[in-house]
Amino acid sequence: MGIQTPNGFNLDNSGKRIVVDPVTRIEGHMRVEVNVDKDNVIRNAVSTGTMWRGIEVILKGRDPRDAWAFTERICGVCTGTHALTSVRAVENALDIKIPENANTIRNIMQLTLQVHDHVVHFYHLHALDWVDVVSALSADPKATSALAQSISSWPLSSPGYFKDLQTRLKKFVESGQLGPFKNGYWGHPAYKLPPEANLMAVAHYLEALDFQKDMVKIHTIYGGKNPHPNWLVGGVPCSINVDGVGAVGAINMERLNLVSSIIDRMVEFTEQVYLPDLQAIASFYKDWLYGGGLSSKSVMSYGDIPEHANDYTAASLKMPRGVILNGNLAEVLPIDLADPNQVQEFVTHSWYKYPDETKGLHPWDGVTEPNYVLGPKAKGTKTNIEALDEEAKYSWIKSPRWKGNAVEVGPLARYIIGYAQKKPEFKEPVDKLLTDLGVPVTALFSTLGRTAARALECQWAARQLRYFQDKLMASIKAGDTATANVDKWKPETWPKEVKGVGFTEAPRGALGHWIKIKDGKIDNYQAVVPTTWNGSPRDPKGGIGAFEASLLDTPMADPNQPLEIIRTLHSFDPCLACSTHVISEDGQEMAKVTVR
Amino acid sequence: MADPIPSTDGDAGAGPGPRVLILGIGNILWADEGFGVRAVEEFHRRYQVPGGVTVLDGGTQGLYLVNFLQECDRLLVFDAIDYGLEPGTLKVIRDDEVPKFTGAKKMSLHQTGFQEVLSAADLLGAAPQAQVLIGCQPLDLEDWGGPLTAPARAALEPALAAALGVLAEWGVTVTPRAADETPTALLDAAIDFAAYERRPLPGL
Repeated sequence: MGIQTPNGFNLDNSGKRIVVDPVTRIEGHMRVEVNVDKDNVIRNAVSTGTMWRGIEVILKGRDPRDAWAFTERICGVCTGTHALTSVRAVENALDIKIPENANTIRNIMQLTLQVHDHVVHFYHLHALDWVDVVSALSADPKATSALAQSISSWPLSSPGYFKDLQTRLKKFVESGQLGPFKNGYWGHPAYKLPPEANLMAVAHYLEALDFQKDMVKIHTIYGGKNPHPNWLVGGVPCSINVDGVGAVGAINMERLNLVSSIIDRMVEFTEQVYLPDLQAIASFYKDWLYGGGLSSKSVMSYGDIPEHANDYTAASLKMPRGVILNGNLAEVLPIDLADPNQVQEFVTHSWYKYPDETKGLHPWDGVTEPNYVLGPKAKGTKTNIEALDEEAKYSWIKSPRWKGNAVEVGPLARYIIGYAQKKPEFKEPVDKLLTDLGVPVTALFSTLGRTAARALECQWAARQLRYFQDKLMASIKAGDTATANVDKWKPETWPKEVKGVGFTEAPRGALGHWIKIKDGKIDNYQAVVPTTWNGSPRDPKGGIGAFEASLLDTPMADPNQPLEIIRTLHSFDPCLACSTHVISEDGQEMAKVTVR
Repeated sequence: MADPIPSTDGDAGAGPGPRVLILGIGNILWADEGFGVRAVEEFHRRYQVPGGVTVLDGGTQGLYLVNFLQECDRLLVFDAIDYGLEPGTLKVIRDDEVPKFTGAKKMSLHQTGFQEVLSAADLLGAAPQAQVLIGCQPLDLEDWGGPLTAPARAALEPALAAALGVLAEWGVTVTPRAADETPTALLDAAIDFAAYERRPLPGL
């Protein structure tokens, strides 16, 4: 039976139901169910998950100055971005102003995370949705070298280099361990690259793995340690002492120079490896422009990377801020995160309870009371769901909406907004890429567009790193070494009751923390994370979120091997609860597919 | 790492013997998922380690940990494991028994499990020569914000004893800290074991 959603999508759940379920024992993971028609085209999509259990459960009654340390533990990849969002929320509530250097150093921390996350996401999660590792074994190293040299001046490109790599890879595969490449859908008809492009991409997979560990040294230097860098309400916890020699913790010239050299290599890697790879891969997938979903209609970015300390207005934020609704690129709407009528979370289709579930709640007034019930049409049991009932509650994720609208967040949203605002640093690289590939601007609204926007943003972030590092050096040379403002450190200086909001653009999209402080302690704390926006279930009006929208109308070559579904969901860089490292005897089967 | 990390006593690389990494992994926000981190935290509170030995709270950092693995010869890991045992049971797993599993079908980067980190180090040709995993079978991994359960808590003491045994085998001698010594906390003060667990148990 077909229905049209209020946000303009057609759903038909009459066809065969396919369940893709990453199997883990821990709740917190993503599961997708789709219905395909007789031609195996996806006509209905249901995305469910639990990534949030209400951080207020843990934070209520604690010291607001400590909140960052807890939020940093929520997730193993976005650690820093949660911590930054948290200290900004507390500073907003208490009206604490941070020094310029602190703003600059925070931007460097955040931009480093962007570059690191984008590179790691592309090479270690997403590339394998486009690159067939097993096919790389049959590549001709000479032809691979020719291909690599035709697209980039990156020096690691000789026939011998690729030959050695291929031998190593063969050994790895023959040893039976396959390592990172176990469990792929190798040989799937949706893989389109020639063996040589596959081999080149595998080489860069390994180079990225080797390089990412140097990038995080920037976090060690400015955050005092890594993993789990330190943060501070009122500034940054590192002191600057340019004349210092070998002092633990303090930033001296030697460390500043080390950061500088790592940034140079980040720019180089992005421009000579990541972008050429993206472009080479994209050129083979130009006819696979599925997965756009909400991106051509409604997108949102809170913006980030303030040029000036304490100025979080759209004019100061170098990463674009605003909302586009219903495909109207002519108008970028302003956001006010404190307005109770803008950001609201609904639970009509989520396993939580509100007094009135037709209404949404602003995060300052948010509640997280579980209510795990299955709908009448669900199949299976509460502990073993075979098929969800999307007309009832079906996800542990709430449905955040902006003025009632579902929006996509993330790099593609940021680029569409920057493009609509005609900002040259966003518009020009997009236009160039589209021209080089020979595709129209509408090609941006696709899985590939999302993947491309991330690569372009990585280059933008690497260049911004250079800008802010230079800015820091100039400031230090001018004699400014202030990194923290502790005037309002003591709770005695705080108002009795106060509330605030902090935001960032995490690599995967808009992130906000809303805090209420009462008598010096946390009274309520709500975080709305990017994957909550993208992975949300339906809202009371039936509007669907970005994940569900992106899967519609995609043809599947073989429903038993849902590479197309995984490719599109991966393009969002989804963030799930991170607690899956528990080691089991035989390793975990990561994704199970059931056709019902 | 070229940079000293405040969470280490020993100056990694300075000792004459093999470089050893003592690592705790897990998520402290999910009850027994935090076993590994709590174990390494307690280890650090009790013992001073010699040069060349690094004590690290790895959290759920995934690929961020690759460089630490590349820069050690011997690896000792505390973690929660699922071998279908009685909750609180310890299991010591050595070298090739430590499974290296990585999956291209995972849905999120955040599923970069520790096995994948091991495998990545291996692929880079720099996996530690010796690996020992001291694992604890958890009782509860789903109590969001909850403390370690009693069986996991009871396993901390034997886990530390097992670690001392392994280190002795490797010729590493640790020194018990003086009763009045307060080392720099491994975790930020707000989330150390005592501060974190002041929250009452759910239902009490």
